[in-house]
Amino acid sequence: MKKGIILAVTLLLGAGVWMAASFTTTEAPPLKVGDVAPAFTLKNVDGKMYPLREIKDANGNTPKGYVVTFTCNTCPYAVMYEDRIQEMHEKLSPMGFPVVAVMPNDIDVKPGDSLDKMKERADDKGFTFKYLIDEKQDVYPMYGASRTPEVFLLTPNDKGQLILRYTGAIDDNAQNADAVTVNYVEKAVKAVMSNQEPSPSKVKAIGCSIKVKK
Amino acid sequence: MLNKYLLVLMVVGLFTFAACQSNAAPKEAPTDTAPVEEAQAAPTTSAKTADYPFEIVTSFDQLAPIFNRDSDSTYVINFWATWCKPCVEELPYFEQLHDDFSGEKLKVILVSLDFAKDIDRKLVPFVEEHKLRSEVIALLDGQYNNWIDKVDPEWSGAIPVTVLYNAKERKFIGEQFSGYDELSGLVTDLLKT
Repeated sequence: MKKGIILAVTLLLGAGVWMAASFTTTEAPPLKVGDVAPAFTLKNVDGKMYPLREIKDANGNTPKGYVVTFTCNTCPYAVMYEDRIQEMHEKLSPMGFPVVAVMPNDIDVKPGDSLDKMKERADDKGFTFKYLIDEKQDVYPMYGASRTPEVFLLTPNDKGQLILRYTGAIDDNAQNADAVTVNYVEKAVKAVMSNQEPSPSKVKAIGCSIKVKK
Repeated sequence: MLNKYLLVLMVVGLFTFAACQSNAAPKEAPTDTAPVEEAQAAPTTSAKTADYPFEIVTSFDQLAPIFNRDSDSTYVINFWATWCKPCVEELPYFEQLHDDFSGEKLKVILVSLDFAKDIDRKLVPFVEEHKLRSEVIALLDGQYNNWIDKVDPEWSGAIPVTVLYNAKERKFIGEQFSGYDELSGLVTDLLKT
Protein backbone atom coordinates (compact mmCIF):
# COMPACT_ATOMS: atom_id res chain seq x y z
CA MET A 1 0.00 0.00 0.00
CA LYS A 2 2.73 2.40 1.05
CA LYS A 3 4.75 1.59 -2.06
CA GLY A 4 1.68 2.16 -4.14
CA ILE A 5 1.21 5.58 -2.64
CA ILE A 6 4.86 6.49 -3.17
CA LEU A 7 4.61 5.36 -6.78
CA ALA A 8 1.42 7.37 -7.27
CA VAL A 9 3.00 10.47 -5.75
CA THR A 10 6.12 10.03 -7.89
CA LEU A 11 4.01 9.72 -11.01
CA LEU A 12 1.95 12.77 -10.05
CA LEU A 13 5.09 14.77 -9.34
CA GLY A 14 6.55 13.68 -12.65
CA ALA A 15 3.37 14.77 -14.39
CA GLY A 16 3.49 18.06 -12.52
CA VAL A 17 7.05 18.74 -13.59
CA TRP A 18 6.21 17.78 -17.16
CA MET A 19 3.16 20.03 -17.16
CA ALA A 20 5.05 22.91 -15.64
CA ALA A 21 7.81 22.48 -18.19
CA SER A 22 5.40 22.38 -21.09
CA PHE A 23 3.64 25.50 -19.89
CA THR A 24 6.81 27.52 -19.65
CA THR A 25 8.23 26.80 -23.07
CA THR A 26 7.89 29.94 -25.11
CA GLU A 27 6.51 27.92 -27.98
CA ALA A 28 3.75 26.27 -25.96
CA PRO A 29 1.92 23.83 -28.20
CA PRO A 30 -1.09 25.83 -29.34
CA LEU A 31 -4.54 24.31 -29.22
CA LYS A 32 -5.30 22.65 -32.51
CA VAL A 33 -8.58 23.00 -34.32
CA GLY A 34 -10.84 20.27 -32.94
CA ASP A 35 -9.25 20.34 -29.47
CA VAL A 36 -11.26 20.99 -26.32
CA ALA A 37 -10.60 24.55 -25.17
CA PRO A 38 -10.45 25.22 -21.43
CA ALA A 39 -13.02 27.60 -19.95
CA PHE A 40 -11.75 30.45 -17.78
CA THR A 41 -12.90 33.10 -15.36
CA LEU A 42 -11.25 36.50 -15.66
CA LYS A 43 -11.74 40.07 -14.51
CA ASN A 44 -13.42 42.50 -16.87
CA VAL A 45 -12.75 46.24 -17.19
CA ASP A 46 -15.90 46.74 -15.05
CA GLY A 47 -14.02 45.08 -12.17
CA LYS A 48 -16.26 41.98 -12.11
CA MET A 49 -15.16 38.40 -12.67
CA TYR A 50 -16.73 36.68 -15.67
CA PRO A 51 -16.73 32.93 -16.23
CA LEU A 52 -16.56 32.48 -20.00
CA ARG A 53 -19.60 30.23 -20.03
CA GLU A 54 -21.73 32.85 -18.28
CA ILE A 55 -21.12 35.56 -20.87
CA LYS A 56 -24.25 36.06 -22.98
CA ASP A 57 -24.71 37.16 -26.57
CA ALA A 58 -26.32 40.44 -27.66
CA ASN A 59 -29.79 38.93 -27.22
CA GLY A 60 -29.10 37.84 -23.67
CA ASN A 61 -28.95 34.21 -24.76
CA THR A 62 -26.35 31.57 -24.13
CA PRO A 63 -23.99 32.00 -27.10
CA LYS A 64 -23.67 29.54 -29.94
CA GLY A 65 -19.96 30.19 -29.73
CA TYR A 66 -17.31 32.58 -28.46
CA VAL A 67 -14.84 34.67 -30.41
CA VAL A 68 -12.03 34.66 -27.82
CA THR A 69 -9.62 37.36 -28.97
CA PHE A 70 -6.23 37.93 -27.32
CA THR A 71 -5.50 41.61 -27.74
CA CYS A 72 -4.11 44.58 -25.83
CA ASN A 73 -3.80 48.36 -25.72
CA THR A 74 -0.14 48.67 -26.62
CA CYS A 75 0.57 46.49 -29.65
CA PRO A 76 0.38 48.54 -32.88
CA TYR A 77 -1.26 45.57 -34.62
CA ALA A 78 -3.87 45.26 -31.90
CA VAL A 79 -4.49 49.01 -32.12
CA MET A 80 -5.00 48.76 -35.88
CA TYR A 81 -7.61 46.10 -35.19
CA GLU A 82 -9.44 47.59 -32.19
CA ASP A 83 -12.22 49.26 -34.20
CA ARG A 84 -12.59 46.09 -36.23
CA ILE A 85 -12.87 43.99 -33.06
CA GLN A 86 -15.73 46.22 -31.90
CA GLU A 87 -17.39 45.96 -35.33
CA MET A 88 -16.93 42.21 -35.28
CA HIS A 89 -18.67 42.03 -31.90
CA GLU A 90 -21.54 44.24 -33.10
CA LYS A 91 -22.03 42.01 -36.09
CA LEU A 92 -21.47 38.59 -34.59
CA SER A 93 -22.89 38.90 -31.06
CA PRO A 94 -26.49 39.26 -32.33
CA MET A 95 -25.82 36.09 -34.33
CA GLY A 96 -24.86 34.30 -31.10
CA PHE A 97 -21.08 34.75 -31.26
CA PRO A 98 -19.91 37.47 -28.86
CA VAL A 99 -16.31 38.63 -28.85
CA VAL A 100 -14.56 37.92 -25.55
CA ALA A 101 -11.33 39.92 -25.54
CA VAL A 102 -8.48 38.83 -23.25
CA MET A 103 -5.44 41.02 -22.52
CA PRO A 104 -2.56 38.58 -21.90
CA ASN A 105 0.44 40.86 -21.29
CA ASP A 106 2.25 41.29 -18.00
CA ILE A 107 1.45 44.82 -16.89
CA ASP A 108 4.85 45.39 -15.27
CA VAL A 109 6.41 44.88 -18.69
CA LYS A 110 3.60 46.82 -20.39
CA PRO A 111 2.15 49.36 -17.95
CA GLY A 112 -0.02 50.63 -20.80
CA ASP A 113 -1.99 47.39 -20.54
CA SER A 114 -3.03 47.75 -16.88
CA LEU A 115 -6.69 47.22 -16.01
CA ASP A 116 -7.11 50.98 -15.55
CA LYS A 117 -5.64 51.67 -18.97
CA MET A 118 -7.79 48.91 -20.47
CA LYS A 119 -10.85 50.53 -18.92
CA GLU A 120 -9.83 53.91 -20.32
CA ARG A 121 -9.43 52.46 -23.78
CA ALA A 122 -12.71 50.57 -23.54
CA ASP A 123 -14.51 53.77 -22.50
CA ASP A 124 -12.83 55.91 -25.17
CA LYS A 125 -13.58 53.41 -27.89
CA GLY A 126 -16.99 52.39 -26.63
CA PHE A 127 -16.14 48.70 -26.48
CA THR A 128 -19.30 46.70 -25.81
CA PHE A 129 -17.53 43.34 -25.62
CA LYS A 130 -15.99 41.98 -22.45
CA TYR A 131 -12.37 43.13 -22.22
CA LEU A 132 -10.83 40.77 -19.67
CA ILE A 133 -7.37 40.70 -18.15
CA ASP A 134 -5.32 37.51 -17.81
CA GLU A 135 -3.76 38.81 -14.60
CA LYS A 136 -2.00 35.58 -13.64
CA GLN A 137 -1.00 34.88 -17.22
CA ASP A 138 -2.38 31.38 -16.90
CA VAL A 139 -5.09 31.49 -19.56
CA TYR A 140 -3.14 32.40 -22.68
CA PRO A 141 -0.65 29.52 -22.21
CA MET A 142 -3.52 27.03 -22.02
CA TYR A 143 -4.61 28.24 -25.43
CA GLY A 144 -1.07 28.46 -26.74
CA ALA A 145 -1.72 32.04 -27.76
CA SER A 146 1.54 33.71 -28.71
CA ARG A 147 0.71 37.10 -30.11
CA THR A 148 -1.74 39.96 -30.16
CA PRO A 149 -4.15 40.05 -31.83
CA GLU A 150 -5.02 36.36 -32.13
CA VAL A 151 -8.49 34.83 -32.33
CA PHE A 152 -9.80 31.48 -31.06
CA LEU A 153 -13.35 30.67 -32.22
CA LEU A 154 -14.99 28.18 -29.86
CA THR A 155 -18.30 26.35 -30.12
CA PRO A 156 -19.81 23.87 -27.64
CA ASN A 157 -20.14 20.24 -28.69
CA ASP A 158 -23.01 17.96 -27.64
CA LYS A 159 -21.18 17.17 -24.39
CA GLY A 160 -21.04 20.87 -23.59
CA GLN A 161 -17.27 21.08 -24.11
CA LEU A 162 -15.90 24.05 -26.00
CA ILE A 163 -14.18 23.03 -29.22
CA LEU A 164 -11.69 25.15 -31.13
CA ARG A 165 -13.01 25.70 -34.66
CA TYR A 166 -10.81 28.47 -36.03
CA THR A 167 -7.60 30.11 -34.85
CA GLY A 168 -5.50 32.99 -36.08
CA ALA A 169 -5.94 36.28 -37.87
CA ILE A 170 -9.11 38.39 -37.97
CA ASP A 171 -8.79 39.24 -41.66
CA ASP A 172 -6.25 39.46 -44.44
CA ASN A 173 -5.21 43.09 -44.22
CA ALA A 174 -3.85 44.40 -40.94
CA GLN A 175 -2.90 47.82 -42.24
CA ASN A 176 -6.02 48.80 -44.11
CA ALA A 177 -9.52 47.74 -43.06
CA ASP A 178 -10.89 49.04 -46.36
CA ALA A 179 -8.65 46.75 -48.37
CA VAL A 180 -9.67 43.54 -46.59
CA THR A 181 -10.71 40.83 -49.02
CA VAL A 182 -11.38 38.00 -46.55
CA ASN A 183 -12.69 38.30 -43.01
CA TYR A 184 -11.57 34.93 -41.69
CA VAL A 185 -13.50 35.09 -38.41
CA GLU A 186 -16.80 35.99 -40.06
CA LYS A 187 -16.22 33.33 -42.64
CA ALA A 188 -15.55 30.76 -39.92
CA VAL A 189 -18.66 31.79 -37.94
CA LYS A 190 -20.80 31.43 -41.05
CA ALA A 191 -19.28 28.00 -41.68
CA VAL A 192 -19.98 26.69 -38.17
CA MET A 193 -23.53 28.12 -38.30
CA SER A 194 -24.18 25.97 -41.33
CA ASN A 195 -22.49 22.95 -39.71
CA GLN A 196 -19.41 23.18 -41.91
CA GLU A 197 -15.77 23.08 -40.90
CA PRO A 198 -14.24 26.52 -41.38
CA SER A 199 -11.80 26.75 -44.25
CA PRO A 200 -9.22 28.00 -43.67
CA SER A 201 -9.30 26.96 -40.02
CA LYS A 202 -5.91 28.44 -39.19
CA VAL A 203 -4.38 31.66 -40.49
CA LYS A 204 -1.06 33.02 -39.28
CA ALA A 205 -0.27 36.70 -39.11
CA ILE A 206 2.45 38.96 -37.81
CA GLY A 207 1.75 40.34 -34.35
CA CYS A 208 3.34 41.43 -31.11
CA SER A 209 4.72 38.74 -28.87
CA ILE A 210 2.79 38.33 -25.61
CA LYS A 211 4.84 40.01 -22.89
CA VAL A 212 5.74 37.51 -20.18
CA LYS A 213 6.41 38.43 -16.56
CA LYS A 214 10.12 38.90 -15.91
CA MET B 1 -6.64 11.50 0.31
CA LEU B 2 -6.51 12.22 -3.39
CA ASN B 3 -6.96 15.90 -2.70
CA LYS B 4 -3.84 15.87 -0.60
CA TYR B 5 -1.75 14.50 -3.46
CA LEU B 6 -3.27 16.94 -5.88
CA LEU B 7 -2.27 19.72 -3.53
CA VAL B 8 1.30 18.40 -3.37
CA LEU B 9 1.32 18.14 -7.13
CA MET B 10 0.08 21.67 -7.54
CA VAL B 11 2.57 23.10 -5.09
CA VAL B 12 5.49 21.31 -6.71
CA GLY B 13 4.15 22.26 -10.12
CA LEU B 14 3.98 25.86 -9.11
CA PHE B 15 7.52 25.89 -7.81
CA THR B 16 8.79 24.24 -10.96
CA PHE B 17 6.79 26.69 -13.01
CA ALA B 18 8.29 29.61 -11.17
CA ALA B 19 11.80 28.19 -11.44
CA CYS B 20 11.49 27.57 -15.16
CA GLN B 21 10.05 30.99 -15.67
CA SER B 22 12.88 32.78 -14.02
CA ASN B 23 15.40 30.86 -16.08
CA ALA B 24 13.61 30.91 -19.37
CA ALA B 25 12.14 34.38 -19.37
CA PRO B 26 14.08 36.75 -21.57
CA LYS B 27 15.84 39.38 -19.50
CA GLU B 28 14.34 42.40 -21.09
CA ALA B 29 15.78 45.80 -20.41
CA PRO B 30 13.89 47.86 -17.85
CA THR B 31 10.68 49.26 -19.19
CA ASP B 32 11.34 52.73 -20.39
CA THR B 33 8.80 55.49 -20.45
CA ALA B 34 8.99 56.29 -24.13
CA PRO B 35 7.51 53.37 -26.06
CA VAL B 36 9.06 52.96 -29.46
CA GLU B 37 5.59 52.29 -30.78
CA GLU B 38 4.85 55.94 -30.69
CA ALA B 39 5.23 57.98 -33.81
CA GLN B 40 8.73 59.29 -34.24
CA ALA B 41 9.84 62.00 -36.60
CA ALA B 42 7.71 63.47 -39.33
CA PRO B 43 8.40 62.22 -42.86
CA THR B 44 11.83 63.29 -43.94
CA THR B 45 11.84 61.86 -47.43
CA SER B 46 9.35 61.40 -50.19
CA ALA B 47 8.36 57.86 -51.11
CA LYS B 48 8.77 58.61 -54.79
CA THR B 49 12.08 60.38 -54.92
CA ALA B 50 13.93 58.99 -51.94
CA ASP B 51 17.07 57.03 -52.42
CA TYR B 52 16.55 54.46 -49.72
CA PRO B 53 19.48 53.33 -47.59
CA PHE B 54 18.14 49.75 -47.78
CA GLU B 55 16.36 47.35 -50.11
CA ILE B 56 12.56 47.24 -50.13
CA VAL B 57 10.75 44.13 -51.37
CA THR B 58 7.00 43.81 -51.79
CA SER B 59 6.78 40.04 -52.07
CA PHE B 60 8.26 37.32 -49.87
CA ASP B 61 9.33 35.45 -53.01
CA GLN B 62 11.87 38.20 -53.62
CA LEU B 63 13.26 37.66 -50.13
CA ALA B 64 13.11 33.85 -50.11
CA PRO B 65 16.57 33.23 -51.63
CA ILE B 66 18.33 34.63 -48.56
CA PHE B 67 17.01 31.65 -46.57
CA ASN B 68 18.50 29.10 -48.95
CA ARG B 69 21.90 30.34 -49.94
CA ASP B 70 24.12 27.43 -50.78
CA SER B 71 27.47 28.79 -49.73
CA ASP B 72 30.15 28.42 -47.10
CA SER B 73 28.80 31.43 -45.21
CA THR B 74 26.67 31.50 -42.08
CA TYR B 75 23.55 33.65 -42.16
CA VAL B 76 21.74 35.36 -39.29
CA ILE B 77 18.37 36.70 -40.37
CA ASN B 78 16.30 38.64 -37.84
CA PHE B 79 12.69 39.77 -38.30
CA TRP B 80 11.96 43.04 -36.54
CA ALA B 81 10.10 46.35 -36.78
CA THR B 82 10.61 49.81 -35.34
CA TRP B 83 7.29 49.48 -33.47
CA CYS B 84 8.36 46.23 -31.79
CA LYS B 85 10.00 47.08 -28.49
CA PRO B 86 11.70 43.72 -27.74
CA CYS B 87 13.00 43.74 -31.33
CA VAL B 88 14.56 47.18 -30.94
CA GLU B 89 16.02 46.11 -27.59
CA GLU B 90 17.93 43.24 -29.19
CA LEU B 91 19.10 45.07 -32.33
CA PRO B 92 22.38 46.08 -30.67
CA TYR B 93 23.23 42.35 -30.30
CA PHE B 94 23.01 41.92 -34.06
CA GLU B 95 25.08 45.02 -34.66
CA GLN B 96 27.73 43.81 -32.23
CA LEU B 97 27.64 40.41 -33.92
CA HIS B 98 28.19 42.09 -37.27
CA ASP B 99 31.23 43.89 -35.87
CA ASP B 100 32.72 41.11 -33.71
CA PHE B 101 32.58 38.52 -36.50
CA SER B 102 33.61 40.82 -39.34
CA GLY B 103 36.59 38.54 -40.05
CA GLU B 104 34.34 35.47 -40.39
CA LYS B 105 32.08 34.35 -43.18
CA LEU B 106 29.00 35.67 -41.46
CA LYS B 107 26.16 37.69 -42.92
CA VAL B 108 23.66 39.50 -40.69
CA ILE B 109 20.39 40.59 -42.31
CA LEU B 110 17.71 42.59 -40.49
CA VAL B 111 14.34 42.10 -42.18
CA SER B 112 12.04 44.95 -41.19
CA LEU B 113 8.29 44.31 -41.11
CA ASP B 114 7.44 47.98 -40.74
CA PHE B 115 4.32 49.02 -42.61
CA ALA B 116 4.55 50.66 -46.01
CA LYS B 117 3.25 53.93 -44.56
CA ASP B 118 6.02 53.91 -41.94
CA ILE B 119 9.00 53.36 -44.25
CA ASP B 120 9.61 57.07 -44.71
CA ARG B 121 8.53 58.39 -41.38
CA LYS B 122 9.90 55.65 -39.10
CA LEU B 123 12.20 53.12 -40.72
CA VAL B 124 14.43 55.47 -42.70
CA PRO B 125 14.99 57.83 -39.74
CA PHE B 126 15.59 54.84 -37.44
CA VAL B 127 18.19 53.26 -39.72
CA GLU B 128 19.93 56.58 -40.19
CA GLU B 129 19.78 57.64 -36.56
CA HIS B 130 21.18 54.32 -35.31
CA LYS B 131 23.65 54.10 -38.21
CA LEU B 132 22.81 50.41 -38.65
CA ARG B 133 25.75 48.56 -40.10
CA SER B 134 24.04 45.23 -40.78
CA GLU B 135 22.12 44.88 -44.02
CA VAL B 136 18.48 45.97 -43.69
CA ILE B 137 15.71 44.76 -46.01
CA ALA B 138 12.14 46.04 -45.68
CA LEU B 139 9.53 43.38 -46.46
CA LEU B 140 6.11 44.79 -47.34
CA ASP B 141 4.25 41.53 -48.05
CA GLY B 142 1.06 41.72 -45.94
CA GLN B 143 -0.17 38.28 -47.02
CA TYR B 144 1.48 36.90 -43.90
CA ASN B 145 -0.19 33.51 -43.92
CA ASN B 146 1.33 32.77 -47.32
CA TRP B 147 4.91 33.07 -46.15
CA ILE B 148 5.26 32.72 -42.35
CA ASP B 149 5.48 28.93 -42.64
CA LYS B 150 8.09 29.25 -45.38
CA VAL B 151 10.40 30.94 -42.88
CA ASP B 152 9.62 28.28 -40.29
CA PRO B 153 6.49 26.23 -39.53
CA GLU B 154 7.20 26.79 -35.82
CA TRP B 155 6.78 30.53 -36.20
CA SER B 156 3.45 31.80 -34.88
CA GLY B 157 3.85 35.27 -36.38
CA ALA B 158 4.98 37.09 -33.23
CA ILE B 159 8.21 39.04 -33.55
CA PRO B 160 11.11 39.12 -32.94
CA VAL B 161 12.32 35.85 -34.43
CA THR B 162 15.69 34.89 -35.85
CA VAL B 163 16.84 32.27 -38.33
CA LEU B 164 20.48 31.16 -38.22
CA TYR B 165 21.81 28.78 -40.84
CA ASN B 166 24.68 27.55 -42.88
CA ALA B 167 25.12 24.64 -45.25
CA LYS B 168 25.19 22.15 -42.33
CA GLU B 169 22.71 23.40 -39.77
CA ARG B 170 19.67 25.57 -39.28
CA LYS B 171 18.19 27.09 -36.12
CA PHE B 172 14.96 28.99 -35.54
CA ILE B 173 14.80 31.20 -32.45
CA GLY B 174 11.20 32.20 -31.80
CA GLU B 175 11.80 34.83 -29.16
CA GLN B 176 13.95 37.72 -28.04
CA PHE B 177 17.55 36.82 -27.16
CA SER B 178 18.36 37.02 -23.46
CA GLY B 179 21.57 38.83 -24.25
CA TYR B 180 24.45 39.14 -26.69
CA ASP B 181 26.16 36.02 -25.33
CA GLU B 182 23.24 33.79 -26.25
CA LEU B 183 23.32 35.03 -29.85
CA SER B 184 27.09 35.00 -30.24
CA GLY B 185 27.23 31.54 -28.65
CA LEU B 186 24.85 30.15 -31.25
CA VAL B 187 26.82 31.78 -34.04
CA THR B 188 30.13 30.50 -32.67
CA ASP B 189 28.70 26.97 -32.64
CA LEU B 190 27.42 27.33 -36.19
CA LEU B 191 30.75 28.60 -37.43
CA LYS B 192 32.38 25.44 -36.05
CA THR B 193 30.12 23.11 -38.05
